[in-house]
Amino acid sequence: MPREGILVHNPYERMTKEQVRQIHHASMQILTDPGLISFNRRAAEIFASNGAEVTPVSSGDHPTWLVKIPEKLVLHALDSAPRIVKLGARNPDNALILNGEEPRVYFVTGSETNIWLDVEFPTYVKKSDPKIEIQVPEFRPRRGTVADLCQSAHVCEHLETLDGYIRTVNIQDKDITEDNKDVNKFFASLNNTTKHVMSGLTSLSQLDNVVNMARIIAGGEEELKQNPIISFITCLVKSPLQFVEDTTDTFIEVCKRGLPVVVSSSPQAGTTAPMKEAGIMAQINAEVLAGITLGQLVNKGTPVLYGSVPVRARMDNLDDSYGAVETSQYNVDCSQMARYYKIPNYSTSGVCDPRTPGTQSSVERLFSDILVTLSGPQYLHCAYGLLECNSVFCLTQAVLDDAHFQMIKFFLRPARIDETEIAESLKQIREVVATPQKLYISYIRRAMRSRQISPPYPFEGDRETDDVFALAYKRMQELLARPVDHIDPATTARIFEEIPGLLRRQVDGLKTEG
Amino acid sequence: MTEDIIDLIKENVIQGRVTQDDEGLEEGMAGEPGVTELVGEAIEQGIGLSDIIKTGLTEGMETVGQKFEAEEYYIPDMLASAEAVGAAMEILEPHLAENGIEAKGKIIMATVKGDLHDIGKNIVSILLRGAGYAVKDLGNDVDTQTIVDAVIEERPQYLGLSALLTSTMMQMKDVIQALTDSGIRDQVKVIVGGAPVSEEFARSIGADGYGADGFDAVRAVESLASDKAKG
Ligand code: B12
Repeated sequence: MPREGILVHNPYERMTKEQVRQIHHASMQILTDPGLISFNRRAAEIFASNGAEVTPVSSGDHPTWLVKIPEKLVLHALDSAPRIVKLGARNPDNALILNGEEPRVYFVTGSETNIWLDVEFPTYVKKSDPKIEIQVPEFRPRRGTVADLCQSAHVCEHLETLDGYIRTVNIQDKDITEDNKDVNKFFASLNNTTKHVMSGLTSLSQLDNVVNMARIIAGGEEELKQNPIISFITCLVKSPLQFVEDTTDTFIEVCKRGLPVVVSSSPQAGTTAPMKEAGIMAQINAEVLAGITLGQLVNKGTPVLYGSVPVRARMDNLDDSYGAVETSQYNVDCSQMARYYKIPNYSTSGVCDPRTPGTQSSVERLFSDILVTLSGPQYLHCAYGLLECNSVFCLTQAVLDDAHFQMIKFFLRPARIDETEIAESLKQIREVVATPQKLYISYIRRAMRSRQISPPYPFEGDRETDDVFALAYKRMQELLARPVDHIDPATTARIFEEIPGLLRRQVDGLKTEG
Repeated sequence: MTEDIIDLIKENVIQGRVTQDDEGLEEGMAGEPGVTELVGEAIEQGIGLSDIIKTGLTEGMETVGQKFEAEEYYIPDMLASAEAVGAAMEILEPHLAENGIEAKGKIIMATVKGDLHDIGKNIVSILLRGAGYAVKDLGNDVDTQTIVDAVIEERPQYLGLSALLTSTMMQMKDVIQALTDSGIRDQVKVIVGGAPVSEEFARSIGADGYGADGFDAVRAVESLASDKAKG
């Protein structure tokens, strides 16, 4: 039995059917005029040999090609791309079934932040009344490590609403290099959660080591195919409309191996895409479709996700603004486009602009979490713990986000209205009205015990101060004290024998840093 | 007449209009000559270059700076104005020497090997151009040798390096090392930047300057320039 996620019965859509067609049509025009610039030779060759118009633009050290992709190639690819993509898991009960035609949402972490936020609670004394003391959360940013990645996977394993794990933090220990980063980040994740693990790849040379590791854990080549416990994200198209040299290679190689892969594009409205909704939508859709088409040309039928990370630029420094209202609009539109093509959608919500948790962060994340969930993307990433536009991860914030998603999931339960419910309700009304107290209280007792009533906010304090963060921190500590279902010792031993580059301290204890 | 055209240049810098096709901020400006056309005309009329630069471009840019401080202007406005000044400087450059005006200096900009992030570097380039420097942008994902070759060929006073990934930051150190190995380290001041880069990191790899954002980048270059003047 796969995980349930939450099925959105009537997904929220901003665009009319006609507008969807207009965007599709505009994207098709973009793919032939101006087309895409490819910095990647293989992509240019693959497109050329499949009937796209490919012309060299520049030669020398960085040769480039102009690739014009005809609509029929795209439609062909959309036909062969699977509508249902399975993302497996070490514990098969945690598998995710993403169906491009079904708006069932799974909630996932992300992304690769450089900064890990520690929290402390120093005591403050009120000047005018020194008897009064409060604990105020203080946040300390520092560079992320392997130990942090393990810790976050451990907590995420126990967060109820969290369906899959994208590596949250960039591991920057002294003994982590370009050549051992991928194996260590995948191992740290896989060894500390039994949920699905997705990540980007730092170095293509590590792909086979990572795939072999997954094969050992899944129990063999065929087993990995049936239960793909890992998948990849690739940002192969850089906005506007450029196939990147190295990531496109990674994408091609992942497709060849048949593992699930996200074709992600992250245009920023105002800088790398038009600010106009029609413009950024037509462009991102063209970019993602170009990637999907390439994937299907490399390996027909290979599982791909329509990856959309559109954002609006901040006006003060032109950084990404995930808190901007338009960012949610674009994401909702993308999820509608993906559904139009029947390809599962990897979408974005929950990221906020401020550096630390607090009021602004709560407002912004809840706003996008609700709206984007309502649009029914199959795989909603970034949703837990992220701050400052993907640059900071705070584990206690992830615990808070779990509470948000419990509320959202509860809200999205289907309306409980049918003949039986109506009949029972009428009976209750008639009975209660006939009593002297006129209260329905006796009827809620059973409901309370059958999870029919939404639980109270779990971090509500009982004083005049805001204790939410302290309570969430306590909850995080409780989750950390719970056992982790690590990979079994025999398999771990085999992995360490066969996969080069793994740090011993991943299994010997993570206190010391090399 | 002289004043008129210089006022117009200043006004169009404030409006951020590079050419006559630009809309600018106020209604009804499209079609009217922009900074490019106006500067061309001013040269033709034989107006003093230093007047164009000082009263037209620099004063215009100062007003833009004040509007930015007052939060009346945003970064995109600032960039449009800087772009207008950059375009003007490009036109003026061949005429500077013959008029005895010393150019502010040349800067080579690049995002280092393995790194495709270039929004920040492009902003820095525009603002430096807007501050009157001649900027040659080598693009992104530029390998160390290409950067060194460009420094040898172009002989810039400054080299600006950008990196946004922790994995590519170290390329900056390689570039500085390669400049040393080629015996040209003391001919160029190296300024580094990008989100993961810090002042401390810049110092640790032996860079001469660091800029946290575009304005800071201009400040860093100007302060190196005044150091040079003093030294
Ligand atoms: C936009 C963006 C992209 C765009 C880039 C588009 C483009 N044309 O540049 C795309 C989508 C292509 C992209 C791709 C990737 N990205 Co990216 N990206 C970002 C993002 C969100 C914003 C960067 C940006 O443009 N900021 C706005 C500009 C204005 O700010 P800035 O660059 O910092 O520049 C200012 C200053 O730093 C300074 N400055 C900059 N350069 C210089 C130079 C000098 C000389 C001076 C003085 C000053 C200076 O002045 C600038 C102007 O104020 C950052 C997150 C972040 N908050 O930084 C992630 C981020 C940098 N990316 C990240 C990652 C992981 C990637 C990918 C690997 C993703 C993937 N899985 O494929 C790829 C890498 C591709 C590659 N090989 O480079 C990570 C990096 C983590 C790490 N390992 O270090 C970040 C931090 C996001 C995250 N947490 O996941 N990315």
